Amino acid sequence: MAESRFVYVTYIRTTPEKLWQALTDPEFTRQYWCETTQDCDWKPGASWRIMIPDGRVADSGEIIEVDPPRKLVHTWRNEFRPELRAEGHSRITYELEPVGESVKLTIIHEMDRPDSQLINAVSGGWPHILASLKSLLETGESLAETRHWPVDV
Amino acid sequence: MDKVFKALADSGRRLLLDRLHADNGQTLSQLCEHLNMTRQAVTKHLAVLEEANLVAVLWRGREKLHYLNPVPIYDISERWIGKFERGRLRVLAELKKHLEGESDG
Repeated sequence: MAESRFVYVTYIRTTPEKLWQALTDPEFTRQYWCETTQDCDWKPGASWRIMIPDGRVADSGEIIEVDPPRKLVHTWRNEFRPELRAEGHSRITYELEPVGESVKLTIIHEMDRPDSQLINAVSGGWPHILASLKSLLETGESLAETRHWPVDV
Repeated sequence: MDKVFKALADSGRRLLLDRLHADNGQTLSQLCEHLNMTRQAVTKHLAVLEEANLVAVLWRGREKLHYLNPVPIYDISERWIGKFERGRLRVLAELKKHLEGESDG
């Protein structure tokens, strides 16, 4: 395969508008995304950054497409692990689609190179973050393990 | 959750998930190679796996690519496995794998 990619899908009982806010509002994202802070004004061409609690930039990129509350695409490069940073920019796509009383959230994270270490590294984290996002929207509480930045990273 | 357990309760479907785990993003034809199943059977199994959200599908041009979606399995483990048990369970699983070799189970 010429590219590295994973596709994750989850169904969340909420509205597309609430899910969009949960994905883009930094006050919301830090609750289920390990205390990280997203910094972006969500317009095409805008810069995107996500900071870990000690202030370091974890990843950065640029907004490619914004279509609230349906689709969001931005580039993503790791900034704090040199071997991952050297791989350059990956691309993440969020798609929100209403299905009955729920919203189908599809996350596609991909890079135009085989066996990307970055894609491999982030693929392990997403299931935790998605489960926590679902819990936060459906029950009002995120999962405990995603409320803090992991100590060993 | 019923759909997930039903989908997993078949060795053919588990084999398809194994194939995607080894090499994600395959077409139907790629999945059919080296398998002792008819193309029809694979198509049926994939539909069940898709319905259970264990396989996510992505169109790239005219190609339909299949991806293993671990999210429902993660949700199940989240329900019954406490966060402090994870480390110990991983050690146990590694030990079992080491002593017995990989098997379908």
